Amino acid sequence: MTLNRRSFIGTTVAAGAALSAPMAIGQGKPRVIVVGGGAGGATAARYIAKDSKGAIDVVLIEPTRTYYTCFFSNLYLGGFKEMDELGHSYGNLAAAGVNVVHDWATGVDRDAKTVSLAGGATLAYDKLILSPGIDFVDGAVEGWDLAAQNAMPHAYKGGSQTELLKAQIMAMPEGGTFAMVAPPNPYRCPPGPYERVSMVAHYLKANNPTAKIIVADPKGKFSKMGLFQEGWGNHYAGMIDWIGADFGGGNVSVDPAAMTVTIDGEETKVDVCNVIPAMKAGRIAELAGVTDGNWAPVNAADMSTKADADIYVLGDASQQGDMPKSGFSANSQAKVCAMAVRGALTGSKVFPAKFSNTCWSLIDTNDGVKVGATYEATDEKIAKVDGFISQTGEDSATRKATYEESEGWYAGITSDMFG
Amino acid sequence: MLKGGAFAAVLTLTAALGTSGAADTADIAAGEKIFSKCKGCHQIGEGAKHRIGPHLNGLFGRKAASHDGFKYSKSLTRLGNSGLEWHADTLDAYIENPRALASGTRMSFRGIKDAQERTQLIAYLRTFSDNPANIPEADPTATGTDHDLDPEILAIVGDPEYGEYLSSECTTCHQTDGGDDGIPSIVFWPEEDFVVAMHAYKNKQRAHPVMQMMAGRLSNDEIAALAAYFATIEE
Ligand SMILES: Cc1cc2nc3c(=O)[nH]c(=O)nc-3n(C[C@H](O)[C@H](O)[C@H](O)COP(=O)(O)OP(=O)(O)OC[C@H]3O[C@@H](n4cnc5c(N)ncnc54)[C@H](O)[C@@H]3O)c2cc1C
Repeated sequence: MTLNRRSFIGTTVAAGAALSAPMAIGQGKPRVIVVGGGAGGATAARYIAKDSKGAIDVVLIEPTRTYYTCFFSNLYLGGFKEMDELGHSYGNLAAAGVNVVHDWATGVDRDAKTVSLAGGATLAYDKLILSPGIDFVDGAVEGWDLAAQNAMPHAYKGGSQTELLKAQIMAMPEGGTFAMVAPPNPYRCPPGPYERVSMVAHYLKANNPTAKIIVADPKGKFSKMGLFQEGWGNHYAGMIDWIGADFGGGNVSVDPAAMTVTIDGEETKVDVCNVIPAMKAGRIAELAGVTDGNWAPVNAADMSTKADADIYVLGDASQQGDMPKSGFSANSQAKVCAMAVRGALTGSKVFPAKFSNTCWSLIDTNDGVKVGATYEATDEKIAKVDGFISQTGEDSATRKATYEESEGWYAGITSDMFG
Repeated sequence: MLKGGAFAAVLTLTAALGTSGAADTADIAAGEKIFSKCKGCHQIGEGAKHRIGPHLNGLFGRKAASHDGFKYSKSLTRLGNSGLEWHADTLDAYIENPRALASGTRMSFRGIKDAQERTQLIAYLRTFSDNPANIPEADPTATGTDHDLDPEILAIVGDPEYGEYLSSECTTCHQTDGGDDGIPSIVFWPEEDFVVAMHAYKNKQRAHPVMQMMAGRLSNDEIAALAAYFATIEE
């Protein structure tokens, strides 16, 4: 079974007590606290510990003991991956010298430079790195709030939500309707909702071929749109009804009790409703006071926040410029940040920031596509340098190779994050 | 020196074609002798069949990794799918250092460093393709292959510390323990092969959009730094 937030509230670990004595600056080893053990945080903690060779005390705060990746969670929905394959533990990070504390960070005192934990401990930091991922904007979809997430799952955080959505899809009656409420920009994983539609269609085509998929989208266009629409036509003709902004896709409300979705005034009874609301930075970023609006603005050269030079924000929670919110981006940003933080604390060499991203999506069996770009740090933002995207009409061998490449990437990034 | 070699190779072929329309018989004869290095795995000529390697009849102009009945490495298959065809120039690069062109190739052959020997071997191979006299030696716009890399670039001594930082961009996809599932291993490479391969991406001679993009913005010094770093982690 996967882990949820409640099971960890109040959990303390033995390490908490040892860590709780605030450290006087200039005495002993410098300490970096990383909040969030996902794509950004796990990578940052691992690289700082590995590259500083014991000169920096690295503490990683993460409530769950197993991190279930969102990346490839759509492939789980499509039946290409098992949930077990998406789970990663923190054992190797601990072995590599990262002090892993399984707890929630509940507050940041910027003047005292401390982080408080749900378990009661208070930890001092010299540098604080926040990579808490996303939370949802309250009231973003009329009729939906977090209390409705069991009736209408978002499945936009890994693990139990994804399992719930899959169970609901499998339980759909013959010829039933799957609805998705897609999010407005900017959000985690731009192609994610559309890869999900593809994977749900893949599952339904094999198991419930008369079922329908409706997507209500507040956007008029989306990531890899041409590639997805070509693929939907090739593989799932007649199954998917995408209603974009021009056709009222943004005018949507849901009723989780009645299981209805109303799009531009027209109410439809549905069997599964995947609501992916508008997003914002994980709440701890807001509590730390480093957000402006929904996200935390950062300096491109090192990912330090505009609000506080000793607090860094990585990944989805950051507002950095041109990079999409992806696991690849978070991992890339984490390595730039790790180098800068080490440089600041130990005087190690700091090289110019380089960032990159590639997002692969699976449309159907062996039909993989990708989009990617390289980026550099300018004074205002992380700016795109160069990019590419898969072409429509590519031959099947290329698409298959692209899918295989994505599997190689998954193995690569997860070993880069967790050792 | 390397550059000179490639230049000589092109000249030899051009001269051979230009006059009689047939390759120099002396070259062909010499090539037949050199082919003994290949015979352990490849057959050529009448009745040739696939063995450890595919047979080599009709090689010129064929897409790489395109014999239905032969199981190629993923690496070569991918190159074929992205448009690699066998011509004098691509064969020359492949035979010089198979792994520099196709990192995961199953052709475990060290390569032939001598440009003239390669020319002779290629002249021999091409007599087993249709109308060998009409086969162009290379597209005139082709900028050559791996081996025309400026020796000065190869001579750059990289900074392994910088390389270590830069390498973190590689390890999002390529596993440092050399694991290979869908993305080739890049550890345990000789430094020079690494530099040659990266420049081939940078110059768009090797096909792969991600790698062309990644290598495209690396300077000569940065490629050298990466090669130096990856050499230090070799166990
Ligand atoms: C369906 C889907 C498909 C995707 N596919 C891809 C893909 O193919 N490729 C790709 O690159 N990206 C993909 N992504 C995006 C990717 O998952 C995210 O962009 C990435 O995980 C962001 O990393 P992060 O470090 O910002 O946040 P996360 O990886 O979400 O990590 C945040 C961590 O912080 C912890 N946390 C939060 N608050 C606290 C707190 N107060 N105290 C302690 N810990 C806390 C959480 O438990 C969590 O473990 C996909 C996303 C989805 C939803």
